[in-house]
Amino acid sequence: MDNRPTTTAANNGMALDPVEQTPPVSLWQRLLSKQAFWVTIAVFLIPLVMTLIEPTFAAVFWKEGNIFNVTRNFAFIAIIALGQVAVMITGGIDLSVGSVLAVSGIVLGLVMSADYSFWIAALAAIMSGVACGAFNGYLISYLRLSPFVVTLGMLSIGRSLALAISNNKFFYQFGHDQKLLIELGGGETFGIANPVIFLVVLALFMAFVFRFTKWGRHLYAIGGNEQAARLTGVPVDRLKFEVYVLSGLMTAISAILSVGWLGSVTNGIGLGYELRVIASTVIGGANLMGGEGGAYAAFVGAALIEVIRNSLLLAGVDPYWQGTFVGLFIILAVLLERLRGRRVN
Amino acid sequence: MALLELKGISKHFGAIEALAAVDFDMEPGLVVGLMGDNGAGKSTLVKVIAGNFPPSSGEMLLEGRRVHFHKPVDARAAGIEVVYQDLALCNNLSASANVFLGREKMRRFGPIRVLDDRAMHVRARELFGELKSETRPADTVRMMSGGQRQAVAIARTHLSQAKIVLMDEPTAAISVRQVAEVLDLLRRLRDQGIAILLISHRMPDVFSVADRIVVLRRGHKVADKPVADSSPEEVTGLITGAIRAA
Repeated sequence: MDNRPTTTAANNGMALDPVEQTPPVSLWQRLLSKQAFWVTIAVFLIPLVMTLIEPTFAAVFWKEGNIFNVTRNFAFIAIIALGQVAVMITGGIDLSVGSVLAVSGIVLGLVMSADYSFWIAALAAIMSGVACGAFNGYLISYLRLSPFVVTLGMLSIGRSLALAISNNKFFYQFGHDQKLLIELGGGETFGIANPVIFLVVLALFMAFVFRFTKWGRHLYAIGGNEQAARLTGVPVDRLKFEVYVLSGLMTAISAILSVGWLGSVTNGIGLGYELRVIASTVIGGANLMGGEGGAYAAFVGAALIEVIRNSLLLAGVDPYWQGTFVGLFIILAVLLERLRGRRVN
Repeated sequence: MALLELKGISKHFGAIEALAAVDFDMEPGLVVGLMGDNGAGKSTLVKVIAGNFPPSSGEMLLEGRRVHFHKPVDARAAGIEVVYQDLALCNNLSASANVFLGREKMRRFGPIRVLDDRAMHVRARELFGELKSETRPADTVRMMSGGQRQAVAIARTHLSQAKIVLMDEPTAAISVRQVAEVLDLLRRLRDQGIAILLISHRMPDVFSVADRIVVLRRGHKVADKPVADSSPEEVTGLITGAIRAA
């Protein structure tokens, strides 16, 4: 890069701001400035470091069975995070995902235990997730209520609905399609856990939507400057409604897979998931102020949390300390973002 | 014939009369400087023209035809663009994404339509070139100087072949050096035959680029004359009320 401020200004014979002459940002620099890139490195670095410190760790962690478990465990969270990240790009937040997961899961269990087919039950589960999302979205976008408060309300409503419709019952008999459900959530295809396949397909689809569609571009515009988006004719209210519906949909898909994997469902399913989901998106590079993040952020953030949990477990660290480590990584992620922001300005 | 004619435009907010029977017109290739103290009605007038809200009474003619705007998008479709004081840019998007926001170029890809970033970059580069700005289409607005941001906001108005550009305090929040840049951008727009309304508190800016000067005081138009026939002293007097009308 030879167009340093001094030479160019001299050539033009004009006094322009030095900022005007900043060299173009290369692809490599752009990659280095992405939080998701550093998190990806951390996902591989953590087990490597653990292997060096504790040789016995390697024998367990890198085993095929363990990798299979790690990927499957984070798939449930990452699928929800794909919806959450869309909400967060617009500058919103969805705290209700854990409870909505319970509503969808219980609806699935209820309908299947009444011996309806899996497809009818799955449709009912998805419709209930979408309905919860639409409720959130309507209040937030059309009545202009705060996303934090509305989804906090839904967190309480959803959990209570799950209790009420299940009558605090435990479902483990899923009628004639039980095998299909268990296979879908707990089975594998070509050695990859089925939920992971769902995750990859959904993540690729969402990555495409965020990057190449008008809908995706407008979400970032809303997060960047909602007023500006409105003035340029972006249908802000409709889009905000739709992201909460999407979040409900993704949560319902995750619910179906989770129930299939667990082989049972109680109204306690998904308790505290909202924190893990939001932590995943923030670690991956989404910003609570909106305008940042993407499908890969949701994916890799969820992966990092699971790798930390798994590594600590295998290293024999008391599981009580897991929350502390995950929390530290959330704070570290925000700190990293602040440092990068300072360098840019 | 004037490009835009406002006849007896009034606007009430409850008992408050923000604009009182204001007549006003704009012609192609001329810059009108709109001045007045805070609360004189400048912003209200701009918002009426830009379609943010309809006037309480009076009529607006664009190229001789009566127009009614209900939303900013209506005014934009008619060829009236606004550069807002805060520029209304999304800091997290690229320059070209901002220029095309709400009007993205799309490309067919079988049954699906995807954003055509390449075509948008090319067009944005042309627009920045016309404005003699060094703004790069793919750069993120967050990393840009005040002058470049102005170029992006102005390029946006250019995209639709706007006939009228309303500029709300474009030089209020930028450095002295960048003011010169923005005034140059403004002159280039004028030279392309666009009618410009410049709302500004800065007397030197108005006197250096405006052809005509309009002064509002408490919702009334108190002056409307060529810049050559006025002086900063007179305008100051008109704004404060020391001179009743001119």
